[in-house]
Amino acid sequence: MSDLTFPLADIHAVRTTNRAQLAIGAFLAILRRDLKVTGREFVPFLLQALMNPLFFLFIFGKVLPGMGLASGNYAELMLPGIVALTGMIAAMQGVTLPLVLDLGYAREIDDRLLSPLPVWWVALEKVIFGAMRGAVASSVIFPLGYLILGNGFAVRGDRIGTLIGMVILTGFVGSVIGLLMGTIIKPEHISLMFTLIFTPLLFTGCTYYPWGALQNIRWFQVLTLFNPLTYASEGLRYSMVPPVRGHDFPTLGLAWILLALCTSVLILFWVGRKTFYKRVVT
Amino acid sequence: MLAETGVAAPPAIAVRNLIKRYPKSKTNAVDGVSFEVSRGEIFGLLGPNGAGKTTTIGVLTTAIVPTEGSAAIMEADVSRDPIGIKQRIAVVPQQSNLDRSLKVREILTFHAAYHGVPRKTREALADKLLEELGLGQRKNEKVNRYSGGMAQRLMIARALMHAPDVLFLDEPTNNLDPQSRLFLWERIRALNSNGLTILLTTHDMDEADRLCDRIAIMDHGKILVNDTPAQLKKMIPGGTSLEVRAFAPPSENGAASAKVKAALEATPGVAKVDELRDEASQNAEPGALTYRVYSESANTLIGSAAQAVFGAGAQVRDLSVKQPSLEEVFIFLTGRHLR
Repeated sequence: MSDLTFPLADIHAVRTTNRAQLAIGAFLAILRRDLKVTGREFVPFLLQALMNPLFFLFIFGKVLPGMGLASGNYAELMLPGIVALTGMIAAMQGVTLPLVLDLGYAREIDDRLLSPLPVWWVALEKVIFGAMRGAVASSVIFPLGYLILGNGFAVRGDRIGTLIGMVILTGFVGSVIGLLMGTIIKPEHISLMFTLIFTPLLFTGCTYYPWGALQNIRWFQVLTLFNPLTYASEGLRYSMVPPVRGHDFPTLGLAWILLALCTSVLILFWVGRKTFYKRVVT
Repeated sequence: MLAETGVAAPPAIAVRNLIKRYPKSKTNAVDGVSFEVSRGEIFGLLGPNGAGKTTTIGVLTTAIVPTEGSAAIMEADVSRDPIGIKQRIAVVPQQSNLDRSLKVREILTFHAAYHGVPRKTREALADKLLEELGLGQRKNEKVNRYSGGMAQRLMIARALMHAPDVLFLDEPTNNLDPQSRLFLWERIRALNSNGLTILLTTHDMDEADRLCDRIAIMDHGKILVNDTPAQLKKMIPGGTSLEVRAFAPPSENGAASAKVKAALEATPGVAKVDELRDEASQNAEPGALTYRVYSESANTLIGSAAQAVFGAGAQVRDLSVKQPSLEEVFIFLTGRHLR
């Protein structure tokens, strides 16, 4: 007990001085940490992500059409919106809440900030991890939809590549929004965030209605174009809604969708990276 | 470590003309600080709250970008090579920032993984450190139920997991019970004797005196002195001081207190007189007055100090020559006013 072993030599002998190797190793270890923690909390994570879509699918996909209050194919049009929304929210929550708490007072992130990697890579890791969370949550909607909607579940199978790309992009959009919010919002304003940011985001994101159907409310249709969730929903509609009598369901153009989603991710990450840096380095 | 690297080894920490001015602030939080810490040294950074200690450490640990000047650790520059710095340092903060989502043992193994320590090495080292720091029994818990002392030990274990060259300890024994404090002191010395360079901040002068090879006292962003504890204690004029306890009838207390102070200050050989108020050691008797008289040779002043008190119309209750403590040096340099 009197002599604390301090194996300087052991570790110094194997330690690399290659900065890139160090940084990549640290990055992967931090990602592994997040995956481990989420893996341990996988059931609560699924419950958190799926409770809302579960009821939505049931009421809007099953109950209302059954009462004749929604047309038969409403479920087909809504399902992509639910996939987009669920992925986006799951990604945001995975990034925003931990960041607000960490930067506010817990400072648990300090150990990662002191790891041998550039500070902004810690933000990048958060974004990638958030996107993974989002993609997993989105994916689980498919079996859930199949279970709830039964015969009403219809997804075209010929655009599976685009579908996968859209699910991933949606996760990234959610996590970069999460990064920005997590670095701006103070812990005491968390509850405000849900009303001021989530609610408008949710209802202007073309999740419950296709964009094209808004043509009679032109100003609102234009407004929705400023919400990245609109492009995610439309992109998923493009890759999921089955054609009717050989006609594809009309959505925003795929090129526009991709352009808007990629631009959103890049711009929001660029800003979020700056706000993150400001919070952790003075 | 010292023997390996030889006497001419470059310093573990080198800070030159460091200035940090925060945005919107009119003054420099750190105002032209320079110091060096040799390899294998325990260096204490002391100073009142707001003196600039935390900012200085922030710069050295890459959390704060310096406005001017430079700082280097093991020859890596904080601005140019932050990754190199982070590989070489470890930080034990004042308040727990332990990862509450991980189990205790994982906190250590993940920390080592962040720093690229191979799996086998980190697994073995984690078990070893937990055992040696008395945490082996509860390594599969989360830290929620850990006491302050255990969290502190765990943070030290975590800091050691990547074998840093320089360890930063920010008030390491603040809020700890005496057992934990003694345990940590022992550990800190043991680590140091294994070659670890340590920079610590503390408000506990006794701790600084016991542990540090060298101490810098900071105030208002500047380093006032930087020397060994023994040398610092010689800084007080004469190396000793005289504590004078007097009594004046309470009615004239206000006037008497100033009069006695003036009389003591006028006594030949006196360098400085401080009136001590509300001392815990002093009984609350109304009219009691206590002074600390700094001088070249306090013991030769006993007679004349007594006369000065008497001449000012007060009675002498007690006179005692005090050996200087680090705390007195600290107060002598930074004053008594609250920050």
